[in-house]
Amino acid sequence: MLTFNVDDGYLEGIVRGFRSGLLSSSQYMNLTQCETLEDMKLQLSATDYGNFLANEPPPLTTSVYFARLTERLVADFAYLRANAVGRAGKFLEYLTYAYMIDNVILLITGTLHQRDASELLDKCHPLGWFDAMPALTVATTIQDLYSVALVETPLGPYFKNCLSSHDLDELNIEIIRNTLYKAYLEDFYRFVTTELDDVTADTMKAILEFEADRRVINITINSFGTELSKDDRYKLFPNFGKLYPEGAARLARVDDVDAVKAVLEGYPDYRHLFDTADNKTLEDRFFEREVQLNKFAFMSQFQFGVYYAILRLREQEVRNIVWIAECVAQGQRDRINNYVTIF
Amino acid sequence: MGALGYASSPAAYAVYTVAATIVIGLYLTLTGYGESFDVGSYLLAISPYMWASTGIALAIGLSVVGAAWGIFAVGASILGAGVKAPRITTKNLVSIIFCEAVAIYGIIVAIVFSAKLGAVSTYTAASYFTGYAIFWSGVTVGLCNVACGVAVGLTGSSTALADAHDSQLFVKVLVIGIFGSVIGMFGLIVALLQTGKAPDFKV
Repeated sequence: MLTFNVDDGYLEGIVRGFRSGLLSSSQYMNLTQCETLEDMKLQLSATDYGNFLANEPPPLTTSVYFARLTERLVADFAYLRANAVGRAGKFLEYLTYAYMIDNVILLITGTLHQRDASELLDKCHPLGWFDAMPALTVATTIQDLYSVALVETPLGPYFKNCLSSHDLDELNIEIIRNTLYKAYLEDFYRFVTTELDDVTADTMKAILEFEADRRVINITINSFGTELSKDDRYKLFPNFGKLYPEGAARLARVDDVDAVKAVLEGYPDYRHLFDTADNKTLEDRFFEREVQLNKFAFMSQFQFGVYYAILRLREQEVRNIVWIAECVAQGQRDRINNYVTIF
Repeated sequence: MGALGYASSPAAYAVYTVAATIVIGLYLTLTGYGESFDVGSYLLAISPYMWASTGIALAIGLSVVGAAWGIFAVGASILGAGVKAPRITTKNLVSIIFCEAVAIYGIIVAIVFSAKLGAVSTYTAASYFTGYAIFWSGVTVGLCNVACGVAVGLTGSSTALADAHDSQLFVKVLVIGIFGSVIGMFGLIVALLQTGKAPDFKV
């Protein structure tokens, strides 16, 4: 705390500036009152987004909204990365690994099915860009793909513990994605708790443990009715979090959603996830809890948790605006209020 | 290799120092020169000018360290928060002024004390008193100002960020920094009290 501002004080001020630019609940209400996408563009021009749709030829579509909003998010994140030094730079790199994993899996699947290289590269998430991505598309065999991914990306260590190129052939691609993500989460958790100061650790531990528990619950529910064995399911669970070790062990054995509910009864934080009182889906409740934890990250000063929080909150804002745009464009206003308010 | 590693570890150095002290102590005692290890006469042999000058150096030096620490903490935050909210940049300079006041306490003390320096032909008890008083006053004001500078600087950084978010918070959070700046004032007062009775160095 005493010397935090030497290297990271400027960026903290910038991130808090981004935070105060997030849309408030009254601005969301204004957006839901809009009749057309053009109206929404007018409303958004009064916010921090300004004239981001100024050069778009009419007619506007929701995919244009999504593309421009994501572009703005990526530009802001690139500014942070350009100005970060030392541990802040390393922390921001860790944030991009999740997107890199998605991109690598997308490229591997696409290349194996002989899709067009430029089309694949367009579909990749810009936050997970690494220099060797075009090289991944020209690889022809599994071995090549594996060695390029291993060598050129910082994801190498995550491949090492779990997979060989032999596995890439046979295992389901989703299992590979989940194994990589598990290794990434565990590495990020280790980084945050051992190499950074305790204020960051306090904030990020709560967020990462929720992320781990969310993956446990999602993997469990998604594996019902598939041929994933219970041992394989347990192998995909991260080794930290409130549900680890007993909850995870029990969830690895269950077979239906009622049993999941019974297991989660013992955890006060997750008991409400399966309430059927209002018609929110499990995903919505997870997003709400995530937004709540990320808002807490701004309660402390002199820590890095705010970088993670602003990225997630901006993503949630993009999801919200695109949801409202979809409802407005299709004229279906009954579920237009299903977005997650942030402030 | 393990033995060599142990031979240069910090624990090994501590053991060597203690062993050497015991050997030298026993040698002096057993050869009848025990009284030559005299802390009192060593302290008296140090000139009071040395004490006084060191005190003045610590007064201004440590005060400036505290002020600088506070100023960089506030400045980085004003810079970052001012990108989104440029209106805060002028108002928050008051936090920097509070940090600067800390350095001013140090220089007041240094100037007042350096006025007490002069030439003496022999050291009297009064000159020793002045030397010690100025040294410890300098340490007092210096350390107090380091603490004060850090406190005002970190709270000033929070003030800038709070102001950028909501301008009604500015005065409320600034009050915290104002309370912090009183710490430096305490150091100044005690330092001046310590040397209040110390006479100037004179023949």
